[in-house]
Amino acid sequence: MATVKTHRKAPGLIALFVILAVAPLLAANAFHYDLMIKICLTAIVAVGLNLLVGYAGQVSLGHAAFYAGGAYASALLTQNYEFAPLPAMLTAAVAVGSLAWLVGRPILHLKGHYLSMATLGLGVIAAIVINNEDQITGGPDGLPVAPLSLFGHELSVFGSYEWFGMTITGTQLWYLLAAGALFLAVWLALNLIDSPLGRALRALHGSEIAAQVAGVDTAKYKLRVFVISAVYASVAGSLYAHYSGFITPDIASFGHSIELITIVVLGGMASTYGVILGAAILLLIPQFLTGFQELEMVLFGAILMAVMIFMPRGLVPTIARRFQKEAA
Amino acid sequence: MFSEFFQFSFSGITLGAIYALVALGFTLIYNASHVINFAQGEFLMIGGMGTVVLMDAGAPIYLAIPGAIVMAGIAGVLLHKLAIAPAKNADVVTLIIITIGASIFLRGLAQIFWGKDYHALPAFSDTESLSVGGAVLLTQSLWILGIATLLVVALGLFFTRTALGKALLATSMNKDAASMVGIKTGAILTLAFGIAALLGAVAGVIVAPITFTAYDIGIMLGLKGFIAAAIGGLGSSTGAILGGLLLGLAEAYTAGYISSDYKDAVPFVLILVILFFLPNGLLGSRAVERV
Amino acid sequence: MKTTLKQLAAGAVAALSLGLMAAPALAADTIRIGSFLSVTGPASFLGDPELKTLELYIDKLNEDGGLLGKQVELVHYDDVGDAAKARTFANRLLRQDRVDIIVGGSTTGATMAAVPLIEQAGVPFISLAGAETITTPVKKWVFKTPQSDRQAARRVLIDMKERGITKIGLISGTGGFGASGRNVTKEIAGDMGVEIVADETYNPKDTDVTSQLTRIRGTEGVQAILNFDFGQGPAIVTRNYDQLGIDLPFYQSHGVASDSFLELAGDAANGLRLPASALLVADKLPKSDPQYQVLNRYKNDYEGHYNESVSTFGAYAYDGLQLAIRAIKQAGSTDKAKVRDALESIDGYVGVTGTYRLSADDHMGLDAESFRILEVKDGDWALTQ
Repeated sequence: MATVKTHRKAPGLIALFVILAVAPLLAANAFHYDLMIKICLTAIVAVGLNLLVGYAGQVSLGHAAFYAGGAYASALLTQNYEFAPLPAMLTAAVAVGSLAWLVGRPILHLKGHYLSMATLGLGVIAAIVINNEDQITGGPDGLPVAPLSLFGHELSVFGSYEWFGMTITGTQLWYLLAAGALFLAVWLALNLIDSPLGRALRALHGSEIAAQVAGVDTAKYKLRVFVISAVYASVAGSLYAHYSGFITPDIASFGHSIELITIVVLGGMASTYGVILGAAILLLIPQFLTGFQELEMVLFGAILMAVMIFMPRGLVPTIARRFQKEAA
Repeated sequence: MFSEFFQFSFSGITLGAIYALVALGFTLIYNASHVINFAQGEFLMIGGMGTVVLMDAGAPIYLAIPGAIVMAGIAGVLLHKLAIAPAKNADVVTLIIITIGASIFLRGLAQIFWGKDYHALPAFSDTESLSVGGAVLLTQSLWILGIATLLVVALGLFFTRTALGKALLATSMNKDAASMVGIKTGAILTLAFGIAALLGAVAGVIVAPITFTAYDIGIMLGLKGFIAAAIGGLGSSTGAILGGLLLGLAEAYTAGYISSDYKDAVPFVLILVILFFLPNGLLGSRAVERV
Repeated sequence: MKTTLKQLAAGAVAALSLGLMAAPALAADTIRIGSFLSVTGPASFLGDPELKTLELYIDKLNEDGGLLGKQVELVHYDDVGDAAKARTFANRLLRQDRVDIIVGGSTTGATMAAVPLIEQAGVPFISLAGAETITTPVKKWVFKTPQSDRQAARRVLIDMKERGITKIGLISGTGGFGASGRNVTKEIAGDMGVEIVADETYNPKDTDVTSQLTRIRGTEGVQAILNFDFGQGPAIVTRNYDQLGIDLPFYQSHGVASDSFLELAGDAANGLRLPASALLVADKLPKSDPQYQVLNRYKNDYEGHYNESVSTFGAYAYDGLQLAIRAIKQAGSTDKAKVRDALESIDGYVGVTGTYRLSADDHMGLDAESFRILEVKDGDWALTQ
């Protein structure tokens, strides 16, 4: 049984690995690496959020709060409490996960739009707290963050490192780290989807009542996946904070939450690889539209509407289905 | 002491009436199609900015206002025809993203053609404020309350007294049954979007003398309207009005009596508390999942 | 199996799309000035006039033969007022467009997010944002043109003291500008002998602040009200202040120093005071004023070309650009270290915002005197003496 599973997952993972490994060949400069790093980190959040939205069918309009939670917790722990970045990141993830568990218990009883509303509310409250407590968080003007260090070795974006006789820039090393983290995130997510939890979630997505009748403890599973998706966001947030070296409350904003859910829906709900593509597209669109200046908003809105109208299941599932039809 | 209380109350009721009108638009569309229309705030923007632009073009105010409201109505109808109706079988989240795309699109258009500046509309009455119980009451607040009440009554009559309104109500209750008795549900849904847009545009015009208007005014007002609608219970018109007023008063009293720093968090704390005890809002009907 | 292959194809498309953004051909014979501004979004009232100013004067410069015999090219991106986007675009300017100098950063958040990258890349950067933290402590490559919010607060408090005001109510927006202004005002008020007896805030998007103002009015001993913020929020505060019939002296910050504020606030603005550069009263200055010429030239150029009134925000970009041009001329090349040194040595450039005296320990170079206290009289700006 176990071997069958690995067979099924392997092609996708190998494809992802190849793409992540080949992508640097397309990077002409540090700016391209920068975009790729951000796509990887955002994709991690999206993969986690997709577990909740795509598989369990529970909408969150407040996930930016968990991302910001990880980012700010990492920044503050390293800066004020002399934590090393790695323990800080883990502490942040535990804290954010516990928070998600606490708030998740009451709000996951809500259904449909009320759950959206409640998660939106939590997200906005988090953003307001970060914005207002400027003595701690630096307020709206933002907070500098120390560079990442692993086991005593500083991994600065600006550094340059010797590795097996090769010189590698800090940005390139960061790409390896971000791509590795994404790969790990995807691998974990795929395993989760194949686990009993994953099957329970899909049953839940179909019909919660049917799942309950079939003996699935829906509340428990929903809460678990909510916490897991929050931890995904937290870790990505921590990495982003150390990578960018400066964070502002913008990352906790309602707009950012909307961006995250858009990535999931655009790429394709319940398609782990789809949401990675979604992240890539949503982060690259603004870079392509820079030449249009004033038209940027109109074009972005139009693209978003068009994709969702003509491909309501999201890009990858729709395209995959079309290919399958042709093959059949 | 009492004058302060009156002052906070006036401010809260005015804000609340605005939120209530936006919430009514959400409710109308939600009832008809179970879509949360994140572009509802843009109808307010079209109402306000449209009036400003038409007046700049030389139209007198009594022509500019209806012109802008009609413009918003058309936008509402187009939104349904071009964006919502073609995606009819889409997931709820997908529909949310479509309306978000539409709101970005409309905002973008407004920014290109109407500019990014804030504008003030003149108040409807020459006397700007009255003194009541030691507090100041803006005459524009009276206009807002009066027109909001009028709209609510008109909407109520429309639903209970006209064939069209009854058809809309029937569609929202059971679409399949409604189409079986010969109601053109597609057209009815378009109508709901149109009416919601008109409501939003009227709200956008009457608040513009107090709040100013600009291409991005719809974001904040739309969000507050959504909260108000959820507090009241999605789908309940009375709930939308109640939710709006509650929200407005809560904001004003918090800013006045407690702390302005966390005033903005109040609506969200409020909704979390309400949903904790009443998972379907104050007056929402229990959602029944079909197995 | 089939799906994963398709997914692979989809992923490859995504990867390829990165390649599409190949670096533009670098024309060797142009001088490239990079810029990232908040042209749209909540801070568009800053970014919009800033970009218009840069475009106008770079065109003029090219018509007059360019700089060091080369044409000047403006490479601009809109950061939408989002710090994370500002950082990305700064990176693009540094790594892909390889600009010679950057003039930009409408807000403090956007500026500070880009600073680490700019410091590392070693490209001279002239920020157009307000907060003191940008140039204090001094950062090697970072300069800025607007006065700091601390200087604005100091200038207001001095004026209050002169009128015998010692107890004030503060009302500020919760955005970056308002929050930073609120903090510096609270920091220095004590030393200057002014007590803040009421301290209220509002969201920059709020449509009504009567509750906060009523609270301030009800506080014992308040002698004046200071509103520290920019955007349309202060216009709402001003109107509510008037509607409530409060008759305490009313102050605004330099964040509202534009004619569009007067249009929004209307008659309610009459009597309020604020610190601002002399641009808004350019035609009312005595001809002997050292800034008279530069102020009127900028005002006429801008208003003649765009048919809209000037704001002091566009002037930050004007001064930033002029400083950059001067430094490049003085350095005789676009060598980044030389241009940076040249910037630091500019002593006495008479700009629109003030007279800049830059040095190794002052990368902003303006003193609080460059602020004049203006008063609104009959719907227009007037100098107080």
